[in-house]
Amino acid sequence: MPEELQIYAPLLPEIILALGAMALLMYGVFRPETESEAETVGWLAILVMIAAAITIVWYGNGTVRLFEGAFVDDAFARFMKLLTLGGGAVALMLSFDDFRNLRIMKFEYPVLVLLSTVGMMLMISAGDLIALYVGLELSSLALYVIAAYRRDSVKASEAGLKYFVLGALSSGMLLYGSSLIYGFAGSTNFQVIANAAKGAEVATNLWLIFGLVFLMVGLAFKVSAVPFHMWTPDVYEGSATPVTTFFATAPKVAAMALLVRVTVGAFPAIAMQWQQIITFIAIASMLLGAFAAIGQTNIKRLMAYSSIANVGFALVGLAANSAEGTQAVLVYMAIYVVMTLGVFACILSMRRADQAVEEIEELAGLARNNLPMAFALMILMFALAGIPPLVGFFGKYFVFMAAVKAGLYPLAVVGVLASVVGAYYYLRIIKVMFFDDSKEKFEPVRFKAGAVIAAAALIMIFGVIWLGPFTDYAMAAAQSFTFVK
Amino acid sequence: MEIGIGHYLTVAAMLFTIGIFGIFLNRKNVIVILMSVELMLLAVNINLVAFSSFNKDLVGQVFAMMVLTVAAAEAAVGLAIIVVYYRNRGSIAVEDINMMKG
Repeated sequence: MPEELQIYAPLLPEIILALGAMALLMYGVFRPETESEAETVGWLAILVMIAAAITIVWYGNGTVRLFEGAFVDDAFARFMKLLTLGGGAVALMLSFDDFRNLRIMKFEYPVLVLLSTVGMMLMISAGDLIALYVGLELSSLALYVIAAYRRDSVKASEAGLKYFVLGALSSGMLLYGSSLIYGFAGSTNFQVIANAAKGAEVATNLWLIFGLVFLMVGLAFKVSAVPFHMWTPDVYEGSATPVTTFFATAPKVAAMALLVRVTVGAFPAIAMQWQQIITFIAIASMLLGAFAAIGQTNIKRLMAYSSIANVGFALVGLAANSAEGTQAVLVYMAIYVVMTLGVFACILSMRRADQAVEEIEELAGLARNNLPMAFALMILMFALAGIPPLVGFFGKYFVFMAAVKAGLYPLAVVGVLASVVGAYYYLRIIKVMFFDDSKEKFEPVRFKAGAVIAAAALIMIFGVIWLGPFTDYAMAAAQSFTFVK
Repeated sequence: MEIGIGHYLTVAAMLFTIGIFGIFLNRKNVIVILMSVELMLLAVNINLVAFSSFNKDLVGQVFAMMVLTVAAAEAAVGLAIIVVYYRNRGSIAVEDINMMKG
């Protein structure tokens, strides 16, 4: 790389992804329209993601701000980007077999996934309101399309339509908030905004808080926190399962990273105010996620409510407004992604006569028909319920400890109660698998899904061994921010 | 009467509110929702340009251009999704979008 371009090295992962997406689009257009060509594009897309991940690790060093601070590369961004890429790549790999079955194996899907991943990585690195908005829209526009990707299905197109309408509404809110913040802070740069809020008089700060509330509405929608969660169950149920797998992992991580960056990075001076909002949506998400999931019969819908509850738990860490809290958010999101990928690989394996089945009852007697899969799903459900010594427990442990250290006792108490309620519906699935009367067998688990299930279950059991170094790494990432009490 | 920033912000706030109400009160057609979203984004643009002019800072106008571009892309994607939905369901009335209970 030439000397004068060296400073742009932190941007290399995004450049690789964007160019890769365009090159693959051309490849797809000029090759015959067959399923095997589409799968080639898919594997190449995964390769591009791996290349981006390698450059993140290779070139990432310290904190770099490019383009007048619009693009920030720090340890926090690198952690979240690796997690996004990992979740996205595995979700993409899981899609191949299922899309072949549904006869919708087309090269556009990997390209759209790559484009939305570029948007997510720009979101994670945003240091400016314009960069935030453009990154968010780049990822959202691709996500609207892939939500309706199974376009001959009424449910999938309805999911896409609902996600689009509510997404457009939320990005309108986010923009309105951005415009107010820009007006009263006099800049779109997060550092300037942080300084403006520090010395501002009460009236100006009031407007900044007003803008921040609107901004947080938009971001809460993206992480699907209550009260902006309405789209989640419908999109999870309606979209094709591989698409749901993607929705449940990468975009959640990126939006959570953006939420942390905006609150902790741009508004440390009015931390008291946003902590109250985050506390409220955390409590509401945990409770609604726990109670609304009880009556669900569709396992994808159940996972939607489970993801709402999990986002609530992660937000508990953010509400603490401390290095420990942010570390807990990072650790929680990483564990959440692994658990979710494992569970969705199981859901993708629920097939009879080449048809996907999605009702929880269909799992009845799985232990007699396919013990390894039942055992792995049991481990994942125990992990989601937060039962020690599985890794899922430590995710919850870190967020609650951070909340207790920050003096947020009510939040921690509600969190523990919500996870007890949540345990009920996770354990119900285990009961159905092991104790209910046996149903017809599922088709054999496919290799890719099986590998993901096994890997996720093994990480849940043996992950404790690497938990120490991993939390240290997350701590280093969390210390990219300075925390003001 | 001198027209100050307050007037611009008031107009923008009113347009934005009309946009939000258009989304929630509309029970007929999805296209109306698309128009309401457009109204919200344009209200934001009034805000941005007004602030840009009163703060003597060009960034706001650059932001407004970005918003316009993205709004056009968003409308394109939205209309495409509506076409797909219409082919499957034969209707784009808001009350017919109820296959799944949210």
